[in-house]
Amino acid sequence: MRVILSPKQLSETVNKLADQLNNNHKDLNDVVFVGIQQGGVVVANDIVAALQQLHPAQKVQYGQLDITFYRDDIRKEVLAPDTMNIPFAIENKTVVLIDDVLFTGRTIKAALDVLLDYGRPAKVELCVLIDRKEHRQFPIQADYVGKTVQTNKTDKVKLVNKEVVLITQ
Amino acid sequence: MQLSTRHLLGIKDLTPPDISLILKTAEQFKEVLQRPVKKVPSLRDVTIVNLFYESSTRTRFSFELAEKRLSADVINFSASASSISKGETLLDTVNNILSMKVDMVVMRHSASGAPHFLAQHIPAAIINAGDGINEHPTQALLDAYSIKEKTGKLKGRKVAIIGDIMHSRVALSNIYLLTKMGAGVTVCGPPTLIPKYIREALGVEVNYNLKETLEWCDVANVLRIQLERQNQVLFSSLREYSLAYGINRKLLDSLKKEIVIMHPGPINRGVEIDSDVADSKQSIILQQVENGVAVRMAVLYLLSGRSQKNN
Repeated sequence: MRVILSPKQLSETVNKLADQLNNNHKDLNDVVFVGIQQGGVVVANDIVAALQQLHPAQKVQYGQLDITFYRDDIRKEVLAPDTMNIPFAIENKTVVLIDDVLFTGRTIKAALDVLLDYGRPAKVELCVLIDRKEHRQFPIQADYVGKTVQTNKTDKVKLVNKEVVLITQ
Repeated sequence: MQLSTRHLLGIKDLTPPDISLILKTAEQFKEVLQRPVKKVPSLRDVTIVNLFYESSTRTRFSFELAEKRLSADVINFSASASSISKGETLLDTVNNILSMKVDMVVMRHSASGAPHFLAQHIPAAIINAGDGINEHPTQALLDAYSIKEKTGKLKGRKVAIIGDIMHSRVALSNIYLLTKMGAGVTVCGPPTLIPKYIREALGVEVNYNLKETLEWCDVANVLRIQLERQNQVLFSSLREYSLAYGINRKLLDSLKKEIVIMHPGPINRGVEIDSDVADSKQSIILQQVENGVAVRMAVLYLLSGRSQKNN
């Protein structure tokens, strides 16, 4: 097991991502933030809290999305769903999807499918804490990346107790 | 998390964690039903046959809608419009349908135990949509969901089941479910319509007095008088039944508290329940119907991975 981001580095990375998002979205009226269950929501909570501090007068629009019912490996295993909470219209908004680790791209593909069942956003952006770039199975890339790491396909990258670790199988 | 069973034949076979898992999953499906696009791709490529040997509107529509909202392929079968009228046996009918590669069977039958018989003979996952006077598990699950949604919890809730307990599969499934989840149950109705040893057998209280029962309960689940299942006269007239056990506005207003009124449908207005009760704010009858779709989606979804694909 190797630590990729210590708690201190994690909070620095989250603040860096929040700054980048803030620079690209001066007007928060037209942008909504959506964390993907479960790891993405942990990261999104922190990013949205940082953004909220930068805009104390305005409520950052934030929801949580669960992809369980849209998984493409549902035939292998039926999983219990997590909470889905999109308390705003996404029609014509910019949606920033937030996830912890971008790996094969299948989760993001499923998340896009979910999103489109809620309406037609003007634009969708992707923000991830960790990018495992070389293992993509779909043509998907992130607009905001906290850190890119080289990994083997069988490795696991996880966010646990406020740090990001790599577990080698 | 997975269910401990491959079929849903009755609440009797479910564990409390199974019931909690179904109710929790149903909450997420209820959210799906509020979206602009009320459909998820979860059961794509799963074929489901709805085998209805006994008439039904609510349950059949509810299952069919649940299946379609999950993107399953659906075949509907009703006994009157099929080869049953030509004398084909249950097993033959089902084997023929299965050779067309069906993954799940939703079945209603007038014989108690028909779905259990089927489960022993075919590889598809079976969901009981009501068998004779035995069980109606998805009705009990949607009733429990509705109680939980309306009052916050099941454990410790006092639920009265009123009416024809003897012939009601809704009553039996509800009793199993509520007692497993820690709710208190009292059954109430004419002595001729309540099985003699129900207290010992199922752990429920019996009270033949309607007013006392309503004073005790938080929720009253009012059953339909099932004239089609009675081959002997068990009470003298519908009018007399209504006078002794009908729920009316005057009776509810005389109680010290406001209770929740439920009914599995179809309602015999003016017999077991009056219109001004059924259509009042206290009644959650239409919410029960709405929740039925979400609960059936949860059951279908959770059982979909467990069927052996028949090749």
